[in-house]
Amino acid sequence: MPAPDPAVSLRGAGRRYGERAALRDVTLDLPPGQTLVVFGPNGAGKTTLLRMLATLLRPHAGEVRVLGRSLPDDGYSVRGRIGFLGHEALLYRELSGRENLRFHARLHAVADPAARVQAVLEAVGMDARADDPVAELSRGMLQRLAVARAVLHEPELLLLDEPLANLDPAAIAQVAPLIGTGSGLTRVITSHDPVGGLVGADLVLGLKGARTQLLAPASEVGSEQITALYA
Amino acid sequence: MLTTAFALVFFYAPTDADQGIIQKIFYVHVPMAIVALCGFVAGGIFGIMHLRTRDQRWDMRSYVTIHLSIILAVGVLVTGSIWARISWGHWWVWNEPMLVVFLIVFLLYATYQPLRFSIEDREKQARYASVFAITAGAFVPLCFGAVRMAQNLTHPQAGTMTTHGPGSVTLTFLCSLTGMTLLFVTLCKYEMASKNATSKLRSLRRRLAGEDDFIPTGGRSAAPQI
Amino acid sequence: MRRTVAALLAKELALELRTGESVPAMVLFSITTYVIFHFGLNRNVIDGDLAAGVLWVTLLFAAILGINRLFVAEYEQGGFDGFLLAPVDRTALFVAKAITLFCFLCIVEVVAVPAFGILLLGPSLGQALPALLVVLLAANAGIAVVGTLVAAMAIQTRARDLMVPLLVLPLLVPVVLGASHATSPLLGQGGAGALPGDWMALLALYDLLFALIAYAVFDFLLED
Repeated sequence: MPAPDPAVSLRGAGRRYGERAALRDVTLDLPPGQTLVVFGPNGAGKTTLLRMLATLLRPHAGEVRVLGRSLPDDGYSVRGRIGFLGHEALLYRELSGRENLRFHARLHAVADPAARVQAVLEAVGMDARADDPVAELSRGMLQRLAVARAVLHEPELLLLDEPLANLDPAAIAQVAPLIGTGSGLTRVITSHDPVGGLVGADLVLGLKGARTQLLAPASEVGSEQITALYA
Repeated sequence: MLTTAFALVFFYAPTDADQGIIQKIFYVHVPMAIVALCGFVAGGIFGIMHLRTRDQRWDMRSYVTIHLSIILAVGVLVTGSIWARISWGHWWVWNEPMLVVFLIVFLLYATYQPLRFSIEDREKQARYASVFAITAGAFVPLCFGAVRMAQNLTHPQAGTMTTHGPGSVTLTFLCSLTGMTLLFVTLCKYEMASKNATSKLRSLRRRLAGEDDFIPTGGRSAAPQI
Repeated sequence: MRRTVAALLAKELALELRTGESVPAMVLFSITTYVIFHFGLNRNVIDGDLAAGVLWVTLLFAAILGINRLFVAEYEQGGFDGFLLAPVDRTALFVAKAITLFCFLCIVEVVAVPAFGILLLGPSLGQALPALLVVLLAANAGIAVVGTLVAAMAIQTRARDLMVPLLVLPLLVPVVLGASHATSPLLGQGGAGALPGDWMALLALYDLLFALIAYAVFDFLLED
């Protein structure tokens, strides 16, 4: 049986910021259901890569294909199938968690939004505080709501920028079924943790200075190689 | 090309020597205004082309056209003001649609460069500039119509002058209009060629230095760079 | 598209009710401006051309307050990203924001116009009211469309609060022109006159032209 189309496919992908390259010549294939973990120091291009895959940034060079569609031209058709968790929670501070999620559910045309929002709130353990304004919540709670927002529309591909930041071990355990290996979804994750980040990884990409320093299956990569990126 | 343009522009002076300084200004003021207005609209059209093709060269054309039209607009205001002073004794009159429209248009386009300058990302800067160029380009004729509606026309129209004046007036006017247009187009081409050369030089330097290296451009710029 | 606009509008309404940032400020500003005009012009009552001018200048500057705040929540709280990630027509954001601004203007005028009638206007407003409403609606539409477009342009620049008035005031000159000329016969000393048709036509043309342009062009402001 032929291999299925990769969920994420990059060929010489690049992105400029002004005169500088934010990302240069990245080439990789990620089969569906697998996890790509991206390591690298700050400014190496991890967030740029993630945002490009999320259709938030247009590629300036090379080819980018996500879920079988070419970006940026077919970006419209894949947006609803991608879940993005960035550095910001993307929630309106004056509204409650429930109202924010309701809004996103409507934007994504989720069927039966009220029920789905309730289900997701319970899944991340935020049901009790769902009606408080987001401004009153702690960072950990905010992160949990952000996770809820990212998976609300049942995406096929998860793009997670340091997803476990601000979460205590209990919270990490709680969101694991949604965004962890147990979810069965294709995932692209950025991480700074040379040991913990490798857990659950199938493919590892190390970026430095916007270029690919390391690209290998996770089984062949050790923590020392990751740490070397930051040297 | 440039010399021909200048020659044409000054051509009117000899044919017109007997008509007095007021008329001389007319031959500069009105063509300047017409060319500037067309320039602004052209800038808008180039903006549309830029958004449709995402080719930075259209943004360059849009920028240069608008840039030069702004300078012409200042010229229109200055010559118009002088004309008003001579003809009616005031430095400014609200009864002239042309003058009023150019004041408004100048105030609007004066924000074009600050707008460009305040957006760092090159592509974004070009896109926003094009949106501005299109909006402002559509605004110019509408504003003209609106102000004309509101004013009593005391401004001698180019049209009426040519129908009632002697043939030499029409000819001279058309000559200076042609001359002004050629001057404008020549200046546009000149500025675009100069910018092209600069950007080619920079990209060569970049390639020589190794493509990743960050070559400081000496600060941000309001001008497009290809 | 309609669904998206509805979702956005619901969110705008919830936010404005919760925070009350824009509308109360615009109302207060209008009334304060009337007071300033009273002292600045040194008149107790005004009518006709002067009244139309004062009214429209005040509404225009109050509108600028609203325009300044229009996209701030999106910009500061990552709202743009959240919207851009959704599989929706991006022009819906323009439509929703323009409708929001239009509604804000209408609400402000519900207070500001009677206040004008009480504080500064000589002739009574009663007769002029229906015609005045038509002018207000037409002008509000123009301000809403152009204001939203300019707000979206300015939000990405650094000196946003300065950029907005500088961009929006020249662009709204035809609106002020048309609205003022249309309003002045309505506020005449000898009782409300007829509504001038050609000025209304100008306003209508302006509204249509810029609505079309903004609709076509807005997408390009959002993408990256």
